[in-house]
Parts: sequence; C-alpha cells; structure tokens
Amino acid sequence: MNKEKIQKGNLFFSIVEKVTPIIAIIGALIIGSIVILLIGEDPIQVYKMMFGLAIGNRDGWGNVLFRATPLIFTGLAVAFAFRCGLFNIGGEGQVYVGAFLAAYVGFTFINFPAIILIPLTIAASAIGGAFWATIPGVLKAKKGIHEVIITIMMNWIAASFTFYLALLYKAPPTEAMRMAGVQQMIPHTSEIVEAARLPRIASILSKINIQFPAHNPLNVSFIIAIIAAFLVYYILWKTSLGYEIRAVGYNQTASEYAGINISKNIILAMMISGALAGLVGTNELMGYKFRWRQDLFTNLGFNGIAVALLGKNHPFGVVLAAILFGILSYGGALVNIFTGGKIPRELIMVIQAVIVILVVISDEIIKRVILRRKAE
Amino acid sequence: MKNITKNFPLVKANDKVIFAVKMGEIHALVGENGAGKSTLMSILYGLYQADEGEIFIAGKKVNISNPNKAIENKIGMVHQHFMLIPPLTVIENVILGMEPRRNYFFVDLNKAASDIKNLSEKYGFKIDPWAKIEDVSVGIQQRVEIVKVLYRGAEILILDEPTAVLTPQEVDELFKILKSLKKQGKTIIFITHKLNEVMEISDRVTVMRDGKVVGTKDTIHTNTSEIATLMVGREVLLKTSKIDQKTGKTVLRLEQVSAFNQNKYPVLKDISLSVKEGQILGIAGVEGNGQTELVEVITGLKPISSGKIYLYEHNITGLNPRKIRELNIAHIPEDRRKRGFIGEYSVAENLVLGSHYKPPFVKGSLIDFPAVHRYANKLIADYDIRPAVKENLLKSLSGGNQQKVIVARELQGEPVLLIAAQPTRGLDVGSIEFVHKQILNERSKGKAILLVSAELDEILSLSDEIAVIYEGRIVEILINKDIDRGKLGFLMTGGSSPGGKSNKTQYADTR
Repeated sequence: MNKEKIQKGNLFFSIVEKVTPIIAIIGALIIGSIVILLIGEDPIQVYKMMFGLAIGNRDGWGNVLFRATPLIFTGLAVAFAFRCGLFNIGGEGQVYVGAFLAAYVGFTFINFPAIILIPLTIAASAIGGAFWATIPGVLKAKKGIHEVIITIMMNWIAASFTFYLALLYKAPPTEAMRMAGVQQMIPHTSEIVEAARLPRIASILSKINIQFPAHNPLNVSFIIAIIAAFLVYYILWKTSLGYEIRAVGYNQTASEYAGINISKNIILAMMISGALAGLVGTNELMGYKFRWRQDLFTNLGFNGIAVALLGKNHPFGVVLAAILFGILSYGGALVNIFTGGKIPRELIMVIQAVIVILVVISDEIIKRVILRRKAE
Repeated sequence: MKNITKNFPLVKANDKVIFAVKMGEIHALVGENGAGKSTLMSILYGLYQADEGEIFIAGKKVNISNPNKAIENKIGMVHQHFMLIPPLTVIENVILGMEPRRNYFFVDLNKAASDIKNLSEKYGFKIDPWAKIEDVSVGIQQRVEIVKVLYRGAEILILDEPTAVLTPQEVDELFKILKSLKKQGKTIIFITHKLNEVMEISDRVTVMRDGKVVGTKDTIHTNTSEIATLMVGREVLLKTSKIDQKTGKTVLRLEQVSAFNQNKYPVLKDISLSVKEGQILGIAGVEGNGQTELVEVITGLKPISSGKIYLYEHNITGLNPRKIRELNIAHIPEDRRKRGFIGEYSVAENLVLGSHYKPPFVKGSLIDFPAVHRYANKLIADYDIRPAVKENLLKSLSGGNQQKVIVARELQGEPVLLIAAQPTRGLDVGSIEFVHKQILNERSKGKAILLVSAELDEILSLSDEIAVIYEGRIVEILINKDIDRGKLGFLMTGGSSPGGKSNKTQYADTR
C-alpha cells in the first residue's frame, strides 16, 4: 500500500524532528523580544547589536568560539553518556577535578619540555575527569545505584575538595600583596609553566599572515574540542564499541541477550564521558588563565546538559549548540555594556533557558504526533 | 456498520467496510495483524472516528464520538490487555467511574457487591466480589473485565483476543460464559487469530484483509482452511507435515537444575531433561511456571543455584551469554521487544546483533559496514523480510517481519541447538506458517530444538516429545503420540497422572 508515500511521510517527520531546536530558538528569541519590549527597548535593535557584535567581526567570532569551547566538551560528555542510557549530571565535578589535576601537572613538572608536558597536561585533565566519572559508573554497573544521584553528590564533593586543594597549593603572595599585607581574595593555584600552555589561535594565524586580534583568548583547545567531536562521532557510529554502547542505551535486556557486557559498557561510557568533561581544563586552564581558580569553571558542566539537549545528543549538534550559547553569552555581555546596563545579562540567561524549555516541549509534541500517526 | 472508511495518514485502515452483527449472536471477526479489525472495533467503541460511513444499532443511526457514547448505546469492550487496578477488589474495579452512592458522599460497596453477585450468578462467572484483583488468576481477571462491561449495561460486547492469555481449561470456562451470555440475548463480537475457536464458538464469522471485508460466512457452512485462505489471500498449510525421523546424539542435557528469582524464591526445581539431534522437545505449561527461567538458565542469562547443564559432553553451566552464543546455541526469545532486537537499530544492524564484535563484521575495532550490508541484503532476500530495506529501523516493521529478522539471525550460524520460546506469539497465520517451516527445517537437518510455547496446538503439532512444566518442576515428559489434550491441560494446571511415564524414568532413559 503506497509505500513511497509512507517513506516520504517518515522522511518529513524525521526532518521536523531534527529541526525542533531551530523552532525552539526562534520561539525563544520571540519571547526574549517581548521581555525587551517590556523593558522599553527596541528588540530588533538589541538583537542586531547582539549578533553584530558577536559574529560581525573576527574578534567577536574568536570570543564566541572561546566561550563555546568548554561547552562543546561538557556537551559531548552529556551526549556520550546519554547514548549509553546514562544521565551524567556530574560534568561540573568532573570539570573541577580534571582541571585541577591538569593544573597540578602544569605547575609541578616544571622542567619538562613542551612536547612532553602539553600532552601530559591534556591527559591529566582527561584522566581527572574520567576518574571522577568512573566512580558513579562502577556504582551504577555493579550495584544499580542511580547515576543521577551519585553524580550530583559528587559535584558537591568535587567542588569542596578542589577548593580545599586550591588552598593547599595556593600561589605564594606576590610582592605587592606582601607589601600591602593582604591574602588572596579568591584562592587560586600557581600558574602552570610556559611549557604546559596551549598557544593562542592569534599567534598561529599571525604566522600565516592572517589578521586576528592578538588579545583574543581563542586558543588551540577549540581545535581539540572539534577533534573530540569527530572522535565521539567515530566511536559511537563506526566502532563495535560504539555499537555496544548505543545498544545498551537503547535496550539493556536485548543487549544482555546478545552477549554484550552491560557493566563494562556502562563503566566505559562514564569514563569516556568524564574524560570529555575533564578536557575543559585545556581551555580555561591551559589556554586562558593558566591557573586553577574555581569560578573559571562554575556552571560549565551544567550548561553542557542544555547544550547536549539542544544538540540532540549528536556530537555535531553539540558543537552548533555550544556555538549558539557562545554567541548569546558573548553578545549578551556586550549588549549589557553598550546599553549601559539597560539590557541585563540575565536576559540572555532567560533566552537560554527558554530555548531549552522549548526544545523539550517541541520534542514532546513531535513525539506525540508521530505516535498518534503510528497508532494503527 | 455501513461503508466504514478510516484513513490514517498514508494507510487506509478501513476501506468501505460493511459489517453486520445480528442481535444475540456470537460473531467472530478474524484477520491478520493490520487487517483493520482493531480499527473497526475502535470506531464502534468510539475510540476513533470514521472518515466516512455510518453506524446503525437496531436500525437506528447512531453517532459514537467517544467511549462514553458507546456505553450509552450499550456497547462494551473487553481489551486484550486488562485495565484493572491490582490492589483493589473486584467490586472497586467494577464500579470504578460509576460508583453507587449513599448519602452523596459514601460509596455503597454493599449494594455494588450484591449487584455483582447477581450478575455473577446469572451468567455463571463464579467470582468473589471481595477478592483483590492481584490475588485472582488471569481467567478470573478477564471475567471481572466482562462483569465491568455488563455492569455498565452493555448489550453488545466486543472481546479483543480474549483467549490469548488463557489456559485450555480457562478457555473452556470462558466459552461457557459466552454461551450463557448469548442465551440471555447478549450480542458478542469476538476478535481472534485462532481458527479452531472460531469454529467452536461463533455463529457467523467475518474475515478482513487489507482493510476490507473479504467475506462473512455462517460458521457451520465453512471450515478452517477456507477461512485461512480468505485471511491470507492464498492457500495456507494449517497442519504442519512432520515426518518421523531417527534422532541422534544427546545435544542438550540438564541435570537437576534449580534456580531462584530475584526474591530468592525458587522458580526452577530439579529440572532434568535432554534434547537429541533431530528432535523437538516441547515445553508445555501455563505461562509463568518457569519457562522463561528455563530458557534463561540455558542461554546464560540467569545463574542457577544447583545442577549442571551440558552441551554434548561439555559442561556449559555458568558460562556467560556470549560464550554460550559462541557454542552455536541459537535463541529465539519469548519477548521479542524485550530481548530480541533493538528497535532503534536498522534491520542490518539487528541482523548482526550478537556477532557484531567478530569477523567478518569487524575489522580491527571498526564495524565493516560493506560486509554487514552485503550480509543483510542476502538475509533479507532469503527470508523475505519486508519491506526489503536494510536501513529501516526495526521498530517500524510489523511483528511478523521483526520475528523473521530474529529467526534469520539466529538460524544463520548453523546452530547445533535451537531454543525457540513462544516463536509465533502475536504473529498472523502467514508468519506462523513461515516460522513453523523454519523450525521443522532445522529438525530435518538434524538439529536439536527446545520449543517453549503457551500455544498447545503449536506444541502438539511440532514436538516429538512434550515436557509439562508446572511451578518450576517438570511434572511429566510424554511422547507426542495420541496425546489427549484434556490430560495435557490437566497436567499443566498441577494435576498429575498416575498412568504417565514419570520424570525420573524418562531422565534415566535419555542418559
């Protein structure tokens, strides 16, 4: 019975299903413009300013991608675990631990050459995150304890523990501080050595004579993030490991039947997820501030959940969603400054939250429509 | 119902259906899955609206826009899956939504109880109104569903595959009830797959295929093969032809295997049995008597507490599912949605499920997609999986085709032992024929087959020997020759027959 039509119908819905985030973004911008109108500003002007400043020039793009980088990592982390049926809420803690381990390596092995120390520091951030995620992974796999509860609790532990470690490895007071007799206001570690730092994109581009502002914080970590996205895609859809991880995510009992070791795959998925979250350390630490300071990382893990949701748990979707959040975050910050504070930064957070809510709603609506159509 | 047409997007589920039921008759409605029976009944019960057509009851045109309207028109439906609340009593379940009141606020349970008692006595239901649903058998639960419908004053009852979940004895009881309902002037529409039930209970039968009614017959003027031909649109072999053949070496042997469930409650007790090359051993039993666990312990999905399992001379006790698979034991799982496939994976991906990790399907740690696709194309053609598109997600296929994918996958590796659990559950006549052919084909190739089924007909037509399982124990192993169905049903429900061969002697024989 008209199979061609059925195929076309399915295709139509699968397309609609994939573009729900775009519908959600448009919806969120409309809601945002109502808020702007209520504040008494012209939404078109504000949006023009926001997008113009964020992506109308190279410096803006650099800042957007810099802000997107950590969200790519944490978004990939959430997406990867999700493909195995796990909800890794622990990105926050995994980021703290991964970045701290990287900092420790970076300020401890001060005599190593860059060619060894950079890979070592990158590995440290991944291992730190992986370690922190493996604990809930093992508890889930072996004892069936829900990963959401454990990862949330481990976020608190990580926050307090790394804060404590930061006090322990506090940077010595500078000359000026000693003269004034004051302590550090925000606890932070010593800087990692030159040899552990990632070069900025500006310095690379200048070598091949491309104009890019030298003060722009965009660094090599962004390239690592893009490579990570490709790797995640490759692992999930091209390897037998990915086949098993997704199989466990879709149907554990059928996976068990097929001889797939569920525990092993759950632990591995959490480990890889944690490693991805930990890699945030390459951006904020190795490419930007060069020292561990807690507020550098705050909320990156949580925002990763929103990014993964918006990106439909697909690595390339995550990259796009992270860039959108980068645009909103950087553009929003500038609009706040340029309007003299009339358009508060918080408005951007509202828009981000509305996008997430609308994605969830439109997903649910589409799902119901499809279900109803399949009712017979 | 006159000229009922219902279009679903892309599918014409009902196409100018004319369906007439006489007052006071039992009318069977048969057809393959997706033939449009359920849609038609859903329209009658007000769950769907017809795009075209009219419904008449006793010559009067009615408009049934929702189930409440259906109840007003004295139409009631008993669904295949019961809609009961287990911790509540029979009364509470029956009156739910139309509780008799006392002084506005209080539910008058005593009045309800006496009403239900009256109904029960009138039609021979034999139910205790004060029993809790969770404490009564499936057969009783079904009667409660029927009482629920009668309590709401239904004159026309629609029963959707009511026998699917019942034991032979319970089916007999149900038929008695249906006959007494008929005697009291009720009209019954009986949806079923099973042709022998049509012959036994119905006055007339309507056959549907592809959304159309292909015929309405007086039951006494037709026979099962005519109905089957109408259903499928071609001739169907209803009786599987099985030739006697010599059996070979013992392939599978269980020695006093016991197992517990999660609550440490024994679910398998000292099970001993064996299957030989070229032999089909059928496990007969009412569902939930340990069949699931029996299959799971053999396939390594469930640990055992004592006993030993041998494949030929190898002790395979305690091996994990992957190791068991690698020994060429094929397993068609009883619940295909739960165990048999991954709905979100494509046909091709599902065809390699279980061997996805080894050559020829992987190179290094990468899946060799060209190899997987070539393999899938071959199996799709060999087993006539439809639609023949390897990229389709498995969840989009019909039940019969999903089962074909599983059968194709499991039989491909030339298994030494095939464990087929409920292999035709929920399938239509055409697919059942296909699966039975495949199983008999394996038998003729000299493979050992363990067949678990809740369908007595399936067990009786395929098995060489039949082991009856009751409460986790094999009560008897019988040679499948001139077995009396009544006796089998008796054994399945816990009776033991002094005349039969006991489990112990059978065990000694096969050793």
